[in-house]
Amino acid sequence: MLVLERVEITQDAFRLSADISIAQGASVAVIGPSGAGKSTLLAAIAGFTPIASGRILWEGANIAPKSPSARPLSILFQDNNLFPHLSAFDNVALGLKPSLRLTNSERTQVTGALARVGLEGYDTRRPAQLSGGQQSRVALARVLLRQRPLVLLDEPFAALGPALKAEMLALVREICAGLGATLLMVTHDIDDARAIAPQTVLVADGTATGPHATEALLENPPASLRAYLG
Amino acid sequence: MNDAAQRARLIILALGGVVAAWLLLLNFGALGAVAWRAEGLTALRSAEWAAVRFTLTQALWSAGLSVLLAIPIARALARRQFTGRAWLITLMGAPFILPTLVAVLGLLAVFGRAGLVNDGLAALGFARFNIFGLHGVVLAHVFYNLPLATRILLQGWAAIPAERFRLAASLGFGPRESFRQLEGPMLRDLAPGAFLVIFLICLTSFSVALTMGGGPRATTVELAIYQAFRFDFDMGRAAALALLQFGICALAGLLAWRVSLPSSLGGGMDRPVQRFDTNSRALRLWDGALIVTGGLFLLVPLAMVALRGLPHVAGLPPEVWQAALRSLGVALGATLVTLAMTLALAHAVLALGGKRGALLEWLGLAALAASPLVIGTGLFLIIRPLANPRDFALFVTMLVNAGMALPFALRLILPALREIQSTQGRLADSLGLHGLARLRILTLPRLRRPLGFAAGLTAALSMGDLGVIMLFAEREGATLPMQLYRLMTSYRLDDAAGAALVLLGVSLALFWICDRWGRGNAGA
Amino acid sequence: MKYPVFAAVAALAVTSAAQADTLTVLAPDYFGSSWGPGPAIKEGFEARCDCTLDFRTGDVLPRLILDGARTEADAVIGLGTDELLRARDTGLFAPHGQDLAPLTVPVEWEDNTFLPFNWSYAAFVYDSTRLDTPPASFAELIERDDISLIWQDPRSSGAGLALLLWVDQLYGDDATAIWENLAANTVTVTAGWSEAYGMFTDGEADMVLSYTTSPAYHIIAEEDDTKAAAIFEEGHYFIAEAAGVLEGAAQPDLARDFMAYILSEEFQSMIATANWSYPAALPRDEWNEVFRDLPMPETAIFLDEEAADDRRSPALAHWLDGMTR
Repeated sequence: MLVLERVEITQDAFRLSADISIAQGASVAVIGPSGAGKSTLLAAIAGFTPIASGRILWEGANIAPKSPSARPLSILFQDNNLFPHLSAFDNVALGLKPSLRLTNSERTQVTGALARVGLEGYDTRRPAQLSGGQQSRVALARVLLRQRPLVLLDEPFAALGPALKAEMLALVREICAGLGATLLMVTHDIDDARAIAPQTVLVADGTATGPHATEALLENPPASLRAYLG
Repeated sequence: MNDAAQRARLIILALGGVVAAWLLLLNFGALGAVAWRAEGLTALRSAEWAAVRFTLTQALWSAGLSVLLAIPIARALARRQFTGRAWLITLMGAPFILPTLVAVLGLLAVFGRAGLVNDGLAALGFARFNIFGLHGVVLAHVFYNLPLATRILLQGWAAIPAERFRLAASLGFGPRESFRQLEGPMLRDLAPGAFLVIFLICLTSFSVALTMGGGPRATTVELAIYQAFRFDFDMGRAAALALLQFGICALAGLLAWRVSLPSSLGGGMDRPVQRFDTNSRALRLWDGALIVTGGLFLLVPLAMVALRGLPHVAGLPPEVWQAALRSLGVALGATLVTLAMTLALAHAVLALGGKRGALLEWLGLAALAASPLVIGTGLFLIIRPLANPRDFALFVTMLVNAGMALPFALRLILPALREIQSTQGRLADSLGLHGLARLRILTLPRLRRPLGFAAGLTAALSMGDLGVIMLFAEREGATLPMQLYRLMTSYRLDDAAGAALVLLGVSLALFWICDRWGRGNAGA
Repeated sequence: MKYPVFAAVAALAVTSAAQADTLTVLAPDYFGSSWGPGPAIKEGFEARCDCTLDFRTGDVLPRLILDGARTEADAVIGLGTDELLRARDTGLFAPHGQDLAPLTVPVEWEDNTFLPFNWSYAAFVYDSTRLDTPPASFAELIERDDISLIWQDPRSSGAGLALLLWVDQLYGDDATAIWENLAANTVTVTAGWSEAYGMFTDGEADMVLSYTTSPAYHIIAEEDDTKAAAIFEEGHYFIAEAAGVLEGAAQPDLARDFMAYILSEEFQSMIATANWSYPAALPRDEWNEVFRDLPMPETAIFLDEEAADDRRSPALAHWLDGMTR
């Protein structure tokens, strides 16, 4: 269970408060108007944005003082999810061992993860030699390999076409299901939320609320969301 | 937060602290030791204030012109692909790494009274012009620093992501709009830094300024320091002047601080820069003319040095070759030390951030304004009570060279590191990539290009440096620049010309190898 | 390339271990090269002293001042006449203990501390292929406006300082106007001798400030007799290089033997072509014939060190004034 306990984030004039609990293994969409703080909320959970007050609890333990890599999560950003100078293999292998000094069995694991996301034989390619969808697959292979119980997606597939995005989301769902991981995913696309996230956190007017049942929320949106949905 | 990330941060700050301490000792400790030995500072005379005025005037002109001229040349080089481009870029960097004496003789072979240009004018029936004066000082300093400015800006162009140019093309930008929207912001970011660095280099000019300035009207602060040491035997005056030199440096720094805007240029995937807005025939001709003119200005004097020395290389005394080997060792050592110190300092600057980080960054640049004479004398005074500094002259020379080259390396590496941290820092943090593994897997590979350039620069600069060694060296034998001077003082000008060519060759080769390595597979 | 270096170092270590006594002599940087006077002096002295002569080369006077009594040297060689007062003021020197009768320098030399070993006159050197009629006097040099000059800054160069005092002796308080005149014909002023001489040989000027002995190098080493020193009627400024014994010498006897060696015929016969200057203790008819045949100024202009010290600051003020007017 992920609990944001009276969390306050302040950055200059920007304020966001969150007091929410998300059940283990849940798939939760994070929606809200542009600039409301969806990315900031994820960055705070991941440890890139300090919180002014409150606690972030994972299975009862406060993870707020921990550095990003020590938190039990994997995160994919809008961009820069791969190191451009490293091969697909190395980019995935980093998820296993930051030193890149792998044993034989670990190497097999990495190739296996690449195969799982449909990139068999692409080991030596660099990001620039891969298509957008393939780059996303490499990042997802790393998520798969890291086996962290919480997965945060900050719109990593926004640049992909609808079909490709749907494919990626299916892959995400498969991976999360396999890991039994909790998924928190920022999205602008209501259909994405409907497709894989039964629950939704709404970020608007300086507050994150929820999780709400996605269908019910979209059927009967509050004023702040209605303006955004149009 | 007592985990790997925190530990890495502590180590970075500790290493940065060690480097900062060395820089403090080198810049201010040495100055302090001189002042202490002199038992106080001496008030300055009107001649010395005149020297301050001249120093500022020539440094402003030199730095301004170097940067202004570098802009079109760097742009032309950035947007044109042609055979021999890499060679040309490397060769064009050569004046900067030449010992000043050699550079001046090469320059005079072209622009002097008996130089190529004047001979040409005379042949055409025009009057010969006089190169000596403020314009001569500026010409020499531009010759010396234009390569540096060009390279700094060229890196700026290389750092503009290809995606931006594609976006620009899709929006129908012409060269003018591209300049305003893409290149202009890059220049606004880099040009003040380049100007500042060159301004500071020119501040401490001494022999070049005097020789090209045509007489004592061209007295710089550094010459006044020399005079205080050697003519007046007044260390207090030397210390006061050195302090003044730092004051000017700090002031210039404050001014540059205000105009230098933070970079808004993001990172992109490594792809060769392809331009879509500069294919017109007129622009190609214009760029071609710029590259040829700039190349001739920088390369013909070098060619004259080479031509003068070539017939005499084979007959050089063996000591010259031994000295070359010794200098090579010092240069390689200084390069490793410089890179290590620069990386530590750059990481510490970013780890501290804010005002404290900025202060540390300035400490890294301060050595530019340090007087080599004061540093040499001061270090000697500091070390002397503990040990005989001459027992490790080459080692001290190496460390001092490293300190003097650090400002350049820092200027090159810090922005690149900042860029890496801002684009890939979060990903690395989220994956727990810290410490040595981060250095090996992320930082060093991504820094390869500026690292290679910085290494080449440091190696070449230490190769040609005469600096403090004259005060220290004694037993361990002469470096190549020392042998060059020895040959000259013994009238062996032909051999000296040969040695100058060897020096030029070795420096260039070092620079070329390092720089080449840096640009190895960066794809552009 | 590396191996011979190590071999040389090893050989040096072996010899110094075999011989107990080492005389350490502080010397200018040019003593360190194989083509300078260093090796010949070392060989000659070691042959007669059964000891090792170890030159420590670099900027002699600054090192002496910085090191003070801590210096490890026994003796010093290569101090310019314009540096002697500062060197004396360090209080580090002991009497050289030599009879000065053999000296053949053209000035009175009664110094018990510093012993001259070679000397020359400051002079403007020209290339006879570029300058047909050199000026015959300083006055003519100043009047002529067809001659371009390169010379050294008195603040950073020994030769430059010699010119400063030379003009001061000839013109006294009228020097400002002289410098102003000279400035009109001056191409540039360099920090050191090397830059000036290199620019002169590259054709940047008709004349360069150097020494009356400079042409000897070109005649002997290059078989080139186009370089000559213009001899001025008014006389030329005398410059010598001297040696001395340090008070705290660990080898005072060896140091005095070295002083004696400096005055020996062997040393004096060799120094002219090793250092391109006149020997300080050898009758002119015993000189190398090229040196003997060089045109010799009639009058030596020389200031003893106290007078020189008194004059340098006012003379420099005139210089600055005249040159920047």
